[in-house]
Amino acid sequence: MKAFATLLERLVLTPSRNRKMEIIRDYCASRPDPYRGYAIGAITGDLKLKSVQPSLLRELMTQRIDAELFRLSYDYVGDLAETVSLLWGPAETAEAPPPLSQVVEMLSSASKSDTPAILSGLLDAMDVSSRYALIKLATGGLRIGVSARLAKQALAEFGNVKIEEIEELWHGLEPPYSSLFAWLDGSGAKPVAAGRAPFRPVMLSNAIEERELEDITPADFLAEWKWDGIRIQLVSDRGKRRIYSRTGEDISPAFPDLVEAMAFEGTFDGELLVRSPLGEPLAIRTFSDLQQRLNRKIVPKGMLSSHPAFARLYDCLLDGENDLREQNLEQRRNALAMIVDRLPPERFDLSPEVSFTSVDDLRDKRANPPHPVIEGLMLKRRQSTYRSGRPRGLWYKWKRDPMVIDAVLMYAQRGHGKRSGYYSDFTFGAWRDGETGMELVPVGKAYFGFTDAELKQLDKYVRKNTTERFGPVRSVAAGMDGGLVLEIAFEGINRSNRHKSGVAMRFPRISQIRWDKPAAEADRLEALEALIGD
Amino acid sequence: MRPDALLHPAPQGLYCPPGDFYIDPVRPVERALITHGHADHARAGHGAVMATQRTLDIMAIRYGDEFAGSVHPARFGETTNVNGASVTFHPAGHVLGSAQIAVEKNGTRIVVSGDYKRRPDPTAEHFELAKCDVFITEATFGLPVFNHPDAATEIGKLLSSLDQFPDRTHLVGAYALGKAQRVIRLLRDSGYDRPIHIHGSLQRLCDYYRLEGIELGDLRPATLAEGAKNAGRDFAGEIVLGPPSAFNSPWVRRFSDPLIAFASGWMQVRQRAKQRGVELPLVISDHCDWNELTASIRDTGAAEVWVTHGREEGLVRWCELNQIRAKPLNIVGYEDENE
Ligand SMILES: [Zn+2]
Ligand SMILES: [Zn+2]
Repeated sequence: MKAFATLLERLVLTPSRNRKMEIIRDYCASRPDPYRGYAIGAITGDLKLKSVQPSLLRELMTQRIDAELFRLSYDYVGDLAETVSLLWGPAETAEAPPPLSQVVEMLSSASKSDTPAILSGLLDAMDVSSRYALIKLATGGLRIGVSARLAKQALAEFGNVKIEEIEELWHGLEPPYSSLFAWLDGSGAKPVAAGRAPFRPVMLSNAIEERELEDITPADFLAEWKWDGIRIQLVSDRGKRRIYSRTGEDISPAFPDLVEAMAFEGTFDGELLVRSPLGEPLAIRTFSDLQQRLNRKIVPKGMLSSHPAFARLYDCLLDGENDLREQNLEQRRNALAMIVDRLPPERFDLSPEVSFTSVDDLRDKRANPPHPVIEGLMLKRRQSTYRSGRPRGLWYKWKRDPMVIDAVLMYAQRGHGKRSGYYSDFTFGAWRDGETGMELVPVGKAYFGFTDAELKQLDKYVRKNTTERFGPVRSVAAGMDGGLVLEIAFEGINRSNRHKSGVAMRFPRISQIRWDKPAAEADRLEALEALIGD
Repeated sequence: MRPDALLHPAPQGLYCPPGDFYIDPVRPVERALITHGHADHARAGHGAVMATQRTLDIMAIRYGDEFAGSVHPARFGETTNVNGASVTFHPAGHVLGSAQIAVEKNGTRIVVSGDYKRRPDPTAEHFELAKCDVFITEATFGLPVFNHPDAATEIGKLLSSLDQFPDRTHLVGAYALGKAQRVIRLLRDSGYDRPIHIHGSLQRLCDYYRLEGIELGDLRPATLAEGAKNAGRDFAGEIVLGPPSAFNSPWVRRFSDPLIAFASGWMQVRQRAKQRGVELPLVISDHCDWNELTASIRDTGAAEVWVTHGREEGLVRWCELNQIRAKPLNIVGYEDENE
């Protein structure tokens, strides 16, 4: 348990992505089975334990400490797992705490009535950082800033294999992944993608560059609209149906309506979208409507009818058991077209081909898409076979020009790693009418888009114009009579209840520093709201 | 005598009417008694200042020789009569020269703790318990979440990180007065005898500690030849000490791939460490932790406790639960020097 606790502690405190991977690799190299597998499962979220509710922890705490002192402490620390681990008191038993595998065993087999006593016993035997790890494990959801994808990437590097190979295997495997580690260690054969409905590593596109446009001809390339949804893979295999994200995460539970409609045998790629209620004519809804359906364990009934899921299909990897990945795109699309014909049209359609005569024609179409939820064009080489990863020269995305607004710099935060010592994360705001005149409301945060030289200028500006500091963050002077205007480019904008401004930008970045522009002339919040596509 | 007639908060700081003096005043006053040299306690510009010789020396280093109208060194354990109030300085164990100040008149004795620490520390005079009727205690770490680990164990973490990342400069944040010298001394006592590089602002205080007989070993300035390219490599695998404020400044850019460590009692709270971008938190405190604060309250035998400087509510609540009269003493102007 101690090693796992140290692993979590280091992952929490390490800002660099590469170093996080290094830490996970080292852990896998130094810890034997089954510990490393359980640790990986905990990080990827695949290790499912009976979840302990926060209320149980609070209850256990009030038996040990005055409720008011607990409240003051929790207020101060801000994280329940950390507060409890610090307040529990000195380790009471002389024996070493049980190892991770045994902890997992104890927690997953405990009955509801035994759980409090088991949890208390474990907490008694542990030091502070092990308790923190235990509580994170028992309450589910580590939230330590490491994605499942990053963990898999670290495994790939650890075993010197491609991440796609790991993703393809992942869903047939379970913690502690002994067969996977045997293969990665070099002491065992590659596990067979066991289980039905496995994920197949997906083919990804590259952003097209201006000079590459010369090669685009109607004879060699097929064009499709790029819809602003979520790239998915739909797999239906002898009664087992799954919807995967493009990294192989199983997102089926959030889309039971679509799963139910998957009356086919095969593996298809497509775009997940939300449509108009069934019965009404098909209309594609915005990304923010789709977002409401994501990350839900249980979908409310009302949402199934108000926000039905829809899949726009564009590739066929397997038709039944027939693997088409070595065939070219045209052949695969022909097969797909025949299959889609038999599928319920209210849930599936075929992503239509956009015909064009020349690049200029395409340029024109891209600038005037027929639907607001289109974010650009996909250009795919007709002769390309299906290749996982991001092979060059086969699939291109050609996104619509980003949206742009002028915003005012409000806060800056210090960066990490290479950017330590620089203020490199910038929060910017737009104007709105406040109680006492115009006020700025934060609308987003950007930490890229500028050059190293511009970073130095921004850093200098922040230091010179600081009005307040709190920890690593500085407030920067910003008002009608002064402030720095930043031109912000972004890919889309949604409504958001989580943000004070009510809007959330996608992929905002600083496209230009407008040293010349008076802050009072920056955009108003209404200008942003007008860009929302619904 | 009623305790609040002997000492009570005033806008300038804690005031003693019979003696007509202030303790650690936050604004210039005629007569000031100073517990220790940290900036929020020791300010320049008072008329007469009474403090330990070391605190007076430290104030002169920080503010120049003219920091007060006149200075009056106090010796530990010696009682002085100030306008009829008896005043005694006792070691507080916080930083070099730090004192608790006992004020007594007509049989009522109040001890002002200043900042204090009870663990052994070769860079400060050891804390001495002073019995009293009213104990005015600081509460920097006045919540039960604070249980400071052994400082030597924390230094061990720094040393093993150096082993593990021999190419990274280990930048250790430590306050210029007290913490920096303690960290250096802890490193030396753990057998680390390589040169330790220090930020310019630590130099004079380190020199002073040495002059007072505290061995700090080979210290070198953490400066580079002007314009030297990639000179940051010179510090790879080395320990560089600087005040935390320097970590927000361009100073850190000169080091290659720095690993940021921070020596502070606050580092016990991981969320705090993460917020500040600290990769290696070192829980080394020059204050008492929760158990030491509550034990001290009991040890002084005080019937009444006034709490100031930090998380007052926690300690006041503890006193309530233990049937000790207590109240928060809201004196403005003290900052968390660790923040
Ligand atoms: Zn102090
Ligand atoms: Zn203080």
